[in-house]
Amino acid sequence: MEIVLAILVGVLYTAGVYMVLRRSILKFIIGLIFMSNATNLLVFISSGVVAGEPAFVGSEPVDANALSDPLPQALVLTAIVIGFGIVVFTLALKYKFYEATGTDDLDQLKKTDN
Amino acid sequence: MNVIALPIFVPLLLILILLVVKQTRWAQWISILGSTVLLFISIILFSGLKDTGIQTLNMGNWNAPFGISLVLDYFSALMLVVSSLIMFALSVYSVYFMGEEQKVNKFYLFFFSLTMGINGAFLTGDAFNLYVWFEVILISSFVLITLGKSKEQLEGGVKYLALNLIGSLFFLAGLGLLYGKTGTLNMAHLAEILRESEQPVYINSSAALFFMAFGIKAAVFPLFFWLPASYHTPNITVTSIFAGLLTKVGVYAIIRFFTLFFVQDQAFWLNLFLVIAGLTMVVGGMAASTHYDTRRILSYHIISQIGYMIMGLGIYTPLAIAGAIFFTLHNMIAKTNVFLVSGLINRVKGTFYLKDVGGLYKQNPLLAILFIIPAFALAGVPPISGFFAKFILIKAGIEDGHFFISAVAIGTAMLTLYSMIKIWNEAFLKKAPEDKESKYESKGLVFGEVFPSIVLGAASILMGLFAATIFAFTMEAASQLLEPGLYIESVLKGINP
Repeated sequence: MEIVLAILVGVLYTAGVYMVLRRSILKFIIGLIFMSNATNLLVFISSGVVAGEPAFVGSEPVDANALSDPLPQALVLTAIVIGFGIVVFTLALKYKFYEATGTDDLDQLKKTDN
Repeated sequence: MNVIALPIFVPLLLILILLVVKQTRWAQWISILGSTVLLFISIILFSGLKDTGIQTLNMGNWNAPFGISLVLDYFSALMLVVSSLIMFALSVYSVYFMGEEQKVNKFYLFFFSLTMGINGAFLTGDAFNLYVWFEVILISSFVLITLGKSKEQLEGGVKYLALNLIGSLFFLAGLGLLYGKTGTLNMAHLAEILRESEQPVYINSSAALFFMAFGIKAAVFPLFFWLPASYHTPNITVTSIFAGLLTKVGVYAIIRFFTLFFVQDQAFWLNLFLVIAGLTMVVGGMAASTHYDTRRILSYHIISQIGYMIMGLGIYTPLAIAGAIFFTLHNMIAKTNVFLVSGLINRVKGTFYLKDVGGLYKQNPLLAILFIIPAFALAGVPPISGFFAKFILIKAGIEDGHFFISAVAIGTAMLTLYSMIKIWNEAFLKKAPEDKESKYESKGLVFGEVFPSIVLGAASILMGLFAATIFAFTMEAASQLLEPGLYIESVLKGINP
């Protein structure tokens, strides 16, 4: 299971980097979404994937190593929520930017450099 | 000790109050009052530290390393005091400089959420919690930088947002790998595990990701391009907040992480820091010297000065770390102040472009004095704070045999002096260009406008006059950082997993 997820992380990062390097701002944002989901998956599989053994500690003593680690899942939940907020903000900013300048081309963004 | 959570909860309370306040005048008074309270709280926390040693608080009564710990040691307390001082000065400044069209009430909401994020980042003892505070800072700063509708501001906002988001992805990926390797994210626990680990290769992948993340926030050499592209676009109040505080949070995180637990492969990391520090200083200083817009000059200067802080970390002796902390404190105050003064120049002359201003020395001598204090502090003229900061760093460099980087630091001080003298000559000494004079009616300044600058200028001078006292505090902070046994022990308190 881990190897599939690891490959998926790699594919998502590749797609994300490719999209981020495109000229359109919208594609840039899509690239960011890919990359942030790749990162979320990376955190998720960081402690290994244990199938079918949720970490629910009842009254009976259980072997902790057989359970899946709940902490990365909690971390990913936080990261996903933050990611949502940021994506919404970037889309809103992109819309406002498009209204003000009428362009979606990153190569037009040269006024504030140098 | 529940008191150390106050620097996080007071801003939260202020946000809740400001949500229901509709009148701008009320919002301004509440924010001035609130930031004064925060300043007092942080001073009280700092002065209490001498008796109690490192203070910790486990949020929600979950014992470390399972819950989130807040930790207050000398390094975080010093940063807290200085950032609260800057926030106090800026809350007064914003009354006069946030224009009506920029939705003042919303500004204060995000002003305090930024404060909350910064205070949280200084206080937290948990790596994932640090990520959350970084996101709080990031989102508030996104809103602050795009408050307003000008094209340039939105363009600067897009650039700022793009690179900083990629930076926080690096941070999260680093956290994931680190958790996979160690099984903990409590910084003290990480230190306990990683300081015994002797597998640098194993840890370096995480360390590299963290360095990229914090390097983007701190704007070190190859990663700084978002900063000069965006810092000159928003309202001057917002620029001053960012200039004084945001990059320094990145520096704080680098120093914290690379003294506490990424200590396995120092031969590699410390040399890398020295190379990056030298390049950051020189590139920032040189780029600053080609510009004529005060905000752009000063933005490049932020980068140049970050180099000194990284240099202190790269030398890695107690004296050098103390120097880096001293430099950070001094730089936060002086840098904010010089941005405030450039806002004042803009208020008097109506422009930030140096070629269009002039003759300010005759017109407004008080403004000249207010400028010369932070400018001399940044350039390192004794007896103001910057001299001692640079002196400590260069002394540490020479003592430890790092002659080249010390020479670079001295050379960069000359570049800084050049830029400051350029602003001085162009804005204050040279005669005002006559064709521009008629277009803008010069204004006088009221006391409230110059008050924040006076406060920060006085702080710079006092830091120079009482350098020995403050140096003793930074030495204490450095020794706590370099011998983290006490830090680890006070967070984990006898729990030995």
